[in-house]
This record gives sequence, C-alpha cells and structure tokens, in this order.
Amino acid sequence: MTQHLPVLQVVIPLVLAPLCVLVRHPRAAWALAALGSLCAFGIALDIVSTVLASGPLSYDVGDWAPPWGIEYRIDAVNAWILVIVSLVSTAVVFFARASVEREVEASRVALFYAAYLLCLSGLLGIAATGDVFNVFVFLEISSLSAYALIALGQDRRALAAAFRYLIMGSVGATFIVIGIGLMYATTGTLNMADLADRLPGVWHVRTIKVAYGFLAVGCFLKLALFPLHLWLPNAYTFAPSAVTAFMAATATKVAVYMLLRFFFTIFGAAFSFDVMNLDMVLMPLAVAAIFSMSFVAILQTNVKRLLAYSSVAQIGYMILGISFASVTGLTAAVLHLFNHALMKGALFMALGCVAYRIGSVHIDAMAGLGKRMPATMAAFVVGGLSLVGVPLTVGFVSKWYLILAALERGWWPLAVIVLITSVMALAYVWRVIEAAYFREFPGDRETREAPAALLVPTWALVVLNVYFGIDATRTVGVAERAAEILMGAAP
Amino acid sequence: MSWAQSAFPWIGHVVANYNYWIVIVLMMTGFYVLISRGNLIKKLVGLNVFQTSVFLMYITMGKITGGTAPILGSHGEPVPGVLYSNPLPHVLILTAIVVGVATTSVGLALAVRIKEAYGTVEEDEINALDAEADS
Amino acid sequence: MTPAAMLVLALLVPVVGTVFVLLLRSRPNAREAASLVSATLLFLIVCGIYRTVSSGAPGGEAVVLAEPIPGITLSLAAEPLGVVFALVASFLWIVTTLYAIGYMRGHGERNQTRFYVFFAYAIASAIGVAFAGNLFTLFVFYEVLSLTTFPLVAHAGSEAAKRAGRIYLGVLFSTSIVFQLLAIAWTYSVAGTLDFRPGGILEGRWTNTAAVPLLLALFVFGIGKAAVMPFHRWLPAAMVAPTPVSALLHAVAVVKAGVFAVLKITVYVFGLDFVRATNASVWLMWAAAATILLASFVALRKDNLKARLAYSTVGQLSYIVLGAMLANSWGIVGGGMHIVMHAFGKITLFFCAGAIMVAAHKTKVSQLNGLGRAMPVTFFAFVLGALCIAGLPPAGGSWSKWFLGLGALEADQAGLLVVLMLSSLMSLAYLMEVPLKGFFGAASTAQPPTQVREAPVCSLVAIVATAVACVALFVYPEPVYRLMAAVVGQ
Repeated sequence: MTQHLPVLQVVIPLVLAPLCVLVRHPRAAWALAALGSLCAFGIALDIVSTVLASGPLSYDVGDWAPPWGIEYRIDAVNAWILVIVSLVSTAVVFFARASVEREVEASRVALFYAAYLLCLSGLLGIAATGDVFNVFVFLEISSLSAYALIALGQDRRALAAAFRYLIMGSVGATFIVIGIGLMYATTGTLNMADLADRLPGVWHVRTIKVAYGFLAVGCFLKLALFPLHLWLPNAYTFAPSAVTAFMAATATKVAVYMLLRFFFTIFGAAFSFDVMNLDMVLMPLAVAAIFSMSFVAILQTNVKRLLAYSSVAQIGYMILGISFASVTGLTAAVLHLFNHALMKGALFMALGCVAYRIGSVHIDAMAGLGKRMPATMAAFVVGGLSLVGVPLTVGFVSKWYLILAALERGWWPLAVIVLITSVMALAYVWRVIEAAYFREFPGDRETREAPAALLVPTWALVVLNVYFGIDATRTVGVAERAAEILMGAAP
Repeated sequence: MSWAQSAFPWIGHVVANYNYWIVIVLMMTGFYVLISRGNLIKKLVGLNVFQTSVFLMYITMGKITGGTAPILGSHGEPVPGVLYSNPLPHVLILTAIVVGVATTSVGLALAVRIKEAYGTVEEDEINALDAEADS
Repeated sequence: MTPAAMLVLALLVPVVGTVFVLLLRSRPNAREAASLVSATLLFLIVCGIYRTVSSGAPGGEAVVLAEPIPGITLSLAAEPLGVVFALVASFLWIVTTLYAIGYMRGHGERNQTRFYVFFAYAIASAIGVAFAGNLFTLFVFYEVLSLTTFPLVAHAGSEAAKRAGRIYLGVLFSTSIVFQLLAIAWTYSVAGTLDFRPGGILEGRWTNTAAVPLLLALFVFGIGKAAVMPFHRWLPAAMVAPTPVSALLHAVAVVKAGVFAVLKITVYVFGLDFVRATNASVWLMWAAAATILLASFVALRKDNLKARLAYSTVGQLSYIVLGAMLANSWGIVGGGMHIVMHAFGKITLFFCAGAIMVAAHKTKVSQLNGLGRAMPVTFFAFVLGALCIAGLPPAGGSWSKWFLGLGALEADQAGLLVVLMLSSLMSLAYLMEVPLKGFFGAASTAQPPTQVREAPVCSLVAIVATAVACVALFVYPEPVYRLMAAVVGQ
C-alpha cells in the first residue's frame, strides 16, 4: 500500500471528482472533496517525511520501468509543493462549505466540487510526475477545471475573465507542448532524469535553445509573470472567494515549480545561466513586476483586485530569487512559494468572510468593520503584516533570505528594491486597515461576525503564518535542501 | 533542381523540412487570428488552428523515411529488416488532441454563457459594458 | 530569582498588567491601580536586574525566546546600557501613570482603557528594546513599539490625529524597513552574526572599509526614532497625542529607544575603535550637529508649547547621536547620561505643559502671561526642567553636556563644542520664555488668572517628583556614570 502513495495522492481526487457529479447532493459532494483533500494532505505529509529521511522516491506507473513508462519521482522540491497544494486545499475546502453555499447556485455546488477535485488532482499531478508530457496533461486538467471554477463567480465579468484566462492559459500550455516536442525530437526521451542526462550532449543544438524559449514563455504565462499577467487580476477578482483563495495560493506556485523543474533539473543551472542567460531575462521582469504591480495595487479600490495585483508583485519576488542563480536565492524563492501561499490564502479567505457578510469587498464597504467583524479583520491584519514582511511572520523570513541573496551577489540595489516595495505593500495593506479600524461603520446596516465555519479555516492559516514566522527552522531546512537539489549541489 | 541547389543551398534545407514550414505557417496563422480578432468564437478558431499546428509537428516528427507501422511479428518480436516509424509521438498527440477538444468545448460553453450575460461575443463591446459597470 | 527569569518577567509584567486593566475597565479607580501596580512591579524587577548587572560581569547569559530563522534568535540579555534605559523608562512609567490619572480625567478624554492598555504595550516594547540580545530582537521590538504607539498618537480619532498617525507610521516604518533592515541584513552578510558583543562584530570582517560609513549612516538614519534630520517629521506630528503620551513616549520611551539603539549599535556592533579607525562617523557628527542647531532655530519660532518642546526634543536627541558618533569613551558616557538627564528634564517640561493645558486651557506660549502667579509650583518645576535641558547647574543635564564636551575635544572637533554651547544658549532662550512670561508677564484682561488653579493633585505630585529628580541627578549622578563607564569598559 505505502509504495503506491505517490500515485494515490493524485488518483484519489481524480476518482472522487466524477463521484461528486454522480451524487449531486451539495453536502455529499463537499464531503467527498474534503475527503480527497484530507487524503492528499495526509499522503503529502507522509511523503515529505519519507523523502527528507531517506532521499527521493520513485514510482513506476503501471509497473512500466522508466524511461519507457511514466515515472513519478518525488524529491524534496516537489514533496514540498505537494504539501503546499494539499495543505491549502484542505484549509480552503473547509472554508468553502459555507462560502460556496452563499456564492454558488445550489444546483451547481456538486459540479463545483467536481471541478475543485479535478483542479487539485491536476496540480498534485504536475508536482508529482517525473515525465514531461505528463506535466502537460496534468497542467491542462488543472487549467480546464480552473476556467470552470472561475466562471462560477457571481458577477458576469467572471465569465469574461475565465474566457481570457482560457485563451492565455491554452496558449501557454501549447507553448509548453511545443517545447516538450522539440526536446523529444532532439533527445528521444520524455523522462525528466533521462532528459537531464542527455541534454548536456546537445546543448549546442539550436532546437534545444528554441525549446527552452517556448518552455520559458509558456511557464511565464502560467505563472503570471509581468507582463504576461493580464489574465490574473480579473480572474482572481471575480472568481468565488474560495476559488480565489485556492488559486492564488496554489496555481501560480505550481507554475513556478514547473519553471524550476524545467530550467534547473532538466536543463540544469549551468545551461540556464551560462548559455541562456536566464537571469538576465528574469531579473528585469521580476523588478518590473514588483514595482509596477505594487504601485497599481495601491491604487485599487476593490480589495480582492488589490490583493490580486499584489500576488503578481509577490510572484516577482519568487522570480527575483530564482534570478540570483544561487542557493540562497533559490532558498528564498522556494520559501516564498510556501509563505506566500500561507499569507495569500489567509488574506483571500478573510476577504471571503467579509464577502459572506456584507456581499462586497470594496474598500468603502469595509469601513468600520474592525469593530463589527473583529476576528475577520484581525485575521486580515495579521495576513497583511505578513505580506508586508513584518518580523515574526512568514513574510519576514522570505524577505530576509531574498535580501541576503541579493547582498551575497553584491547586487544591493535589488535589496533596496525589495525593501522599498515592502513599504509599498504596507501602503496598500494600511489603506484597508485604516478603512476597517478608523472609519465609522455606516449606521444603516446590520453586520455580525462571520460564522465559525469560515473563521476556523481562515485562522488556521493565520496561525500558520505566525507559527512558521516564529520558528522557520523546518521550512528553511526544506527550502535549503530543495535549493541545493535544484542547483545540483545535492542529489 | 541541381542548379537551384548550388545557387541557393538553403532551398534544399527548406524542401527537406517542408513539414516544419507547414507547422510554422499554421502556427503563426492561428496565433495571429487569436490575437487580432475581437470575436470570441474567432479567437477559439485561431486557438484551434494554433494547436493543430502542434499536432502536426508531433505527428510528422515520428515519421521515419521508409518506416512502416510498428506492428510486431506473430510472436511479439520485431520483424527483422523492417524499419518502423516511432509510434510514441502519435500516442502523445492523441492525448493532446483530446485536451484540445476539451479546451474548445469549455471555451465554447463560456462563449455561450457570455452571450447570455452580455448579449454579445465581441470583446470590445464586452469591455465597454464592463467599463460602464465600473463607472 | 535568576537573571534570565527576571528579563522575561520584565517583558511580561506590563503585558499581564493589561489583562487586569481590561478586566477592570468598568471601574476606573481599580483600573488605574492595576496600571500603577504593574508599573511599580516592573520598576522593582528592573532594579533587580540592575543589581545583578552592577555586581556581576556585564553581558551575562542571553535568554533565547525563539529562533525564527536558523542562526537568528529572538533573545534577551542585560548589559549596563540597556539597564540605564530600562531604569529610566520603568521609573518614569510610574510617575507618568500618576500624572495621567489626573490629566486624562481632568481633560475628559475618551477610550481611557484603550489608552492604558496600549501604553503598557508600548512600555513592554521599550523594555524589549532595552534588553534586546541581538540586532534582530532590537529590530522586532523597535517595530512593535511603532505599532503599539500608533493608537496612542491617533487617540483623538479626529481627521488631524489620523493624518498625524499616518505621518508617524509612514516615516518610522519606511526608514526602519528601507534603511535599518537593509543595514541589518548587510551586517549579517558581512559578520555572519547579529549578536551584540563588546568590541563589535564587524572588525576584521571587511576587505573594503570604504563602505563602513555608509553602513553606519544606514543605521543612524534608519533608526527614525532618533529623529536625525531629515527624518524628524514624525515627532512634531505625534504631538496630537494626549500629553502623557507626549511626555513618556515622545520624550522618553520611543525617542530614547531610537538613540539608545544608535548608542548600542555603535558600541556593540561596530565597536568604538573600529568606528574611529575607519573615520566612519565624522560626517554623521556634523549631521547631528546640524540637526541640533536647526531644531533649536525651529523651536525658537514655535508658539505652540508642545510643538516647541517637540523640536527641542529633536535637537536634544541629536546630542546623544552626536555622543555616539564621537566614538570615544567620553562621548558614549555623555550620550548615555544624556538619555537619563534629558528624560527627566523633558518629561518635567511636558508635564508642566499638560498641567497648563488642563488647568488653564492654554496651549500657546504667547497666552501664558501672568499664569505663573496662579500656578507657581508648575512654573517653578518648568524652570528646573529647562535648566536640566540647557545643561546648567543645579540640574543633572550639566553632567551629560560636560562629558559630551570632553568627548568633542578628545575627537579633535572643537567646532562641535561651539555648537553645544550655542544650542545651550538657544534652549535657554526658548524655554525660559515660558516661566518669564508666566511670572513677570502682564496678565490678560479677558480671563483673570486668579481663577486658574494648579493642576489635579495626582499630576502635581508627578511634576514635583520629576523636577526633584532633575536636581537629585545633579547632586548624585554616580550610579548612571558607573553604568556608562562599564559600557565603555572603564
């Protein structure tokens, strides 16, 4: 049984998804989704402890030996991603029960959970697999269900946003297939480990460089790297609250993982940085993303959209960390994958609580909520401070490593940029805090605290934000290990 | 042809790889349609052409000159002296085709819903309606 | 009790005190009693820490509270400089609480419970700054101090108070994040540690010492609470807060946390020899000197009494920064002593300003004509406070200025001595105007000062206590001097 865990992780949600459609009953469908998420989370925890204790796991799907069959290969990097995705999914699924009932028509709730499970399965699949074509398949499974999930938003703009995401997402995925095809044409293999062995022999071939370019652009599209982020703000703004929390915390993270896998494990850091000069591409884009999107976020009045722009900026931090091409930089990036998932998950869920009670997440509508919904707004404040990078929250830990990585390379202007944009983050978070705590609540409305069903999952993530901010030994340990693996310094 | 080849050596290269030229032309056509058209249905058509070019790329990639369908002998062993085409890209692209069909159907479903909600499938009109709602 | 337990307790007492304040919120007398008790307890604990530090070796074992990032701990440790700051802050908390009882009730302020709660949090953060075992801990408590004082600054809740609050947080957070955090990260990447160690952690770690002045400048300007120009704007803005806040936090706890951090970093991160050897601080001396003079000029022109005192504080803080930048024993001793002397002097002045506001409803210097005859105690205390700030006998300020002067001469900067003298004269000019007007000015006819009485008894007691302390520190500066001498290793 235990040797099948790597594949069960992906298969359980995949099998439960059609069951959701069959049972039709909203609560039953929710129970299945919760079961799927919990199973995935439990397995992910088990896998990560195994991997950390005794090295990478390898699983041959259908007993076909690699490189002919599909191999699931899990090392510290993707074990970590599995934990992030399944952890957030579990928190969100408990949050979703009440939130989705409010925001999605009863007849569609079962379908919602089916799509949710498919999306989860896809994301886990991308992380678990060791076969590049399999990556594409799971990418499309997760993307297609994501389009459907976003389109379930109440506003009709959700439809337009989903369509735009579909077009840009499909282009991105197709670029990735092209890249994979060109790699296959040159090396004759699809297995990641095999590719990593064979690619150094064909570095000089132009086809490989073209493949690299296609993969890069495809990944940039999926992870919403500025300026290819245009699909993201509207998609996050108009999707149901639970979907936004889930997507913001997982989808872009998995895309970043994909980038790491392709460019570090498969092509290798040496090829990426010495031959392709990846750092010279990533760094300007990351800086542009951080600066411009933080600035745009300050101007927003819809808090959900504000956080969506902030997400694009935060992705910039991860990419910046990657562009340092050092173990410290990659540690910062991998840490921020996890930390950003925690903070954005908590923040979007707090916003979901607000939407549940007052039906709007406009900054003016949130005036005076500090007194009316103290627990919700306190969660928002802690999440916001984490986003800014206040010490003793996870945000500080990732910023710290990012700054150290910049100083290590002697690129201190980048450290300054990281710090200045932290102040910008403070500005946009502060706008919300000021509205909630220092403006009067409009007297004509009755508003109570959000129900415990929403608050408990939200606070679970908030507590993790603080816990891993006070004791980051474990997260930093895993991130460093992952960074060493990616840089080729450790097996 | 020989004079042409000696005068323009790249021509031989182009002719030998004509399948890739078809792929590139199709790809750019689809991509152009996808970017330039405001009609959501036409965008989907563009996306389909774009994806089809990739299917072609994979399929032609597996072809080996003189190769035949990879069918084993009666005892499950390769027939000696027979050159086989590579079946793997074909199998792969079967998956991609299915994905393409799914993408198209989701896209079309969304287009139908957009038509119901906005009364139009023209991007600029949708944007105008959204801008109105914002102000 | 072990020293380690005392350190943790010092941090916990104010925080636990707030629980009682909250529980007793419906009974104001009991609530204030809870505040007083926790203040007294804290002072006793800090006295206990003082005894262990003054008897045993400086430094001692650090208490590790948490290890947020591998290699970087949140830890507490007691050393003489921190004890000086903690003693001042905790003693003045008692006095200020006493004063606040009279002031807040006399002024009819709202949200008094919230006021006392955040006041206690602010003190706890100041204690955390004082006993920070490394740069990271210092930074954490420094930021918490900004956050916890924000509700106090914006206490009135008016549009003006909110705007002031925004400036307050804006300046303090931007400087601390962009400059200070950068400096800390830089220090870590150079030294590989953030611990405070006698002699510093940077010496011998640099290949290129040309960058040392830049790092020192990042610290000095990054510690916005030290209010070195041009990052001083938050301090006058914070004056919208109730007077006890201005008195304790913006004359003692918050601003002293800033200059204390500058002193501590100069001594324990850079090391005095290292600063002198690299000439890192020469231009910063003059930046501090410029702040001293400019702030004095502005104070001369302010009619609002609290604003005048605020600019006076900006100037006086730079005395301490100057002391640190001199980077010799006299400078550090003078700077450290000035933390104490200025604290007592300025808090007396603020108490008087608040008493005048509560009793006579006057906020402007030009309105004080003749008031001194109605409030003699208050105005006499003001004279003592002013002497302490100006550095004249019989007030404690004379000692700190004396040592600062010696430090300036030892650093071969006679020009700075001129600056010190000049600013003493200017501070006399802008401060003595108040009692002169009060005692000798012609009373206005609109409101005969005969109807004005002294402030409530509670507040008066506090005023007298701090004024007496100003004189006592002149007569008996020994304990402070000994602690500071221990800091520079004499």
